[in-house]
Amino acid sequence: MTNAEATPVLELTGIGKEFGAIRALHGVDLQVQPGEVVGLMGDNGAGKSTLVKIIAGNFRPSHGEIRFAGNAVHFNRPVDARAVGIEVVYQDLALADNLTAAANVFLGRELKRKFGPLALLDHKAMAARALELFGELRSETRPDDLVKQMSGGQRQAVAIARTRLSNARLVMMDEPTAAISVRQVEQVLGLIHRLKEQGVAVMLISHRMPDVFAVCDRVIVMRRGEKRADKPIHQTSPEEVTALITGAKEAA
Amino acid sequence: MAMPMESPITFSNVGKIRWWQRGIFASQTGYVLLALAVLLVVMHFASPYFFTEGNMQNVAKNFSFIAIATLGVTFVIITGGIDLSVGSMMCFSAMITSMVMTELSAPGSPAGSLFVHMAADGKTVLANVPGLILLVSILAGLGVALIAGLVNGFCIAVLGLSPFVTTLGMLSIVRGLGYVVSNGRGSFPGGPDADYFYALTSGDVLGVPVPFIYLVILALAMAVVLHHSSFGRHVFALGGNEKAAELTGIPVVRVKIEVYVICALAAGLQGIIISGWLGSAPANMATSYELNVIAAAVIGGANLAGGIGGPLGAIVGCVLLEVIRNGLVLAQVSSYWQQTLVGVIIILAVLVDRIRSRMI
Repeated sequence: MTNAEATPVLELTGIGKEFGAIRALHGVDLQVQPGEVVGLMGDNGAGKSTLVKIIAGNFRPSHGEIRFAGNAVHFNRPVDARAVGIEVVYQDLALADNLTAAANVFLGRELKRKFGPLALLDHKAMAARALELFGELRSETRPDDLVKQMSGGQRQAVAIARTRLSNARLVMMDEPTAAISVRQVEQVLGLIHRLKEQGVAVMLISHRMPDVFAVCDRVIVMRRGEKRADKPIHQTSPEEVTALITGAKEAA
Repeated sequence: MAMPMESPITFSNVGKIRWWQRGIFASQTGYVLLALAVLLVVMHFASPYFFTEGNMQNVAKNFSFIAIATLGVTFVIITGGIDLSVGSMMCFSAMITSMVMTELSAPGSPAGSLFVHMAADGKTVLANVPGLILLVSILAGLGVALIAGLVNGFCIAVLGLSPFVTTLGMLSIVRGLGYVVSNGRGSFPGGPDADYFYALTSGDVLGVPVPFIYLVILALAMAVVLHHSSFGRHVFALGGNEKAAELTGIPVVRVKIEVYVICALAAGLQGIIISGWLGSAPANMATSYELNVIAAAVIGGANLAGGIGGPLGAIVGCVLLEVIRNGLVLAQVSSYWQQTLVGVIIILAVLVDRIRSRMI
């Protein structure tokens, strides 16, 4: 499983974040190894989203240090995080409804072809690559259909396909299985396994205990802005995690 | 399952969207185009003068007078913004162009001495290439539009002010500046290059009015930019979901500033063309044209909520407005009905689209 000597792909030390008088995060240390699937759990307001947003470059931490693949990094914008190899699937999926599936997959990094001085969009190549990605995800999604007309699962596939464009080393998924059907949950979990096989680290933020226990190697529990537990999945149980989330058990 | 061989997916549950359910056939632009075609047929039977060469030229010229600005405002509307300053911008650019032209053509003036000098017989003689004065004056006119567009874009994208309020302010600022520089008087394009100016703005090539030619070229360029460049893709993404655009790394601020600059430049160009047709740039020129321009864009299918619109729709909207105006005149209906009808059409066009999208 995890290799103790390997450089962690992500290493947070003493991360804290204040919004005015509100302390959203305090002294969070955590490490994610390459190819590891880490579940991040916690009740609403536990600080999960803030932590994810700090790693994704939406917020800057008030305290602490982020190291990515051994190097200290400072993200000012989400693009900076993406540039080093952190991809995020947002809970609201961040899709533009009025564009096609392929356009959404390639949003912000369109493929272009040179026509003399002009660089025009390469629609064909983008549609072909998108179809390939949807095939990998086993999602029946047509690259030329508008996202507006798609089901929840198809939208999820579009958002996940986006992370597969670059050679991401850490993919964070914010509630990827919250709004989709049972069959599609299987597909998403299958995809997480495939990412893991390729050495990509995955951070799964989820409320769904079965999903976390099905795919994660390790589970981290947040409560009141602090990390309360960080355990290999086989050394814990859904009951213990629930107790940690609700505060029935303070720490483990 | 008849799927192409290379497809890695079999579509068993997801049907294919039919051709009539996508693209132009499923857009408001398509319906309005159809309505326009019907209207043209009706006009043909209603008035024998409608499809005459003279009247067609007249229609083509008249709608070209707002269509270029409509192309510009369509960019802004697609991003989910609005630009109310286009009418004032037209006037100000036109005014600056003709004032600069007059100034540069006056032999005694400080700037004029670079371009013209007085010959012995008292005639004004060009000091350098013919057309240079024209070029400089048009650049000056577009330059002020560029600045106003940059200010609009800066206030909206960087300072985060609402587009409605910012451009409403700009409407007043630019109109006011127009009165200030001209002292409320109109200005006239004059000097040795004035003939070129009139030829380039209100002339025609083989019977086709030049504004119409500019319009076609700009509309084609706009279609390519919107649908085949990453800038165009980002403009649509911004209107569809601004947050998503930001998260996916689209330079939101830059794209926003660019669309307001494009819009101001289009309005400035439009104003310069109108002044060539009018033969002057009066200080109250193009007053409330912003409403016609936005109405045309909306009738043509641009969605004020953002994310939808295009050059064809902008032109169709302008043509429809002009055909109605022209038709009412030919049918000897009081032209006062025009505004009322335009209002009805705006609401009808949006209503039809609403009903259609509910049916699907």
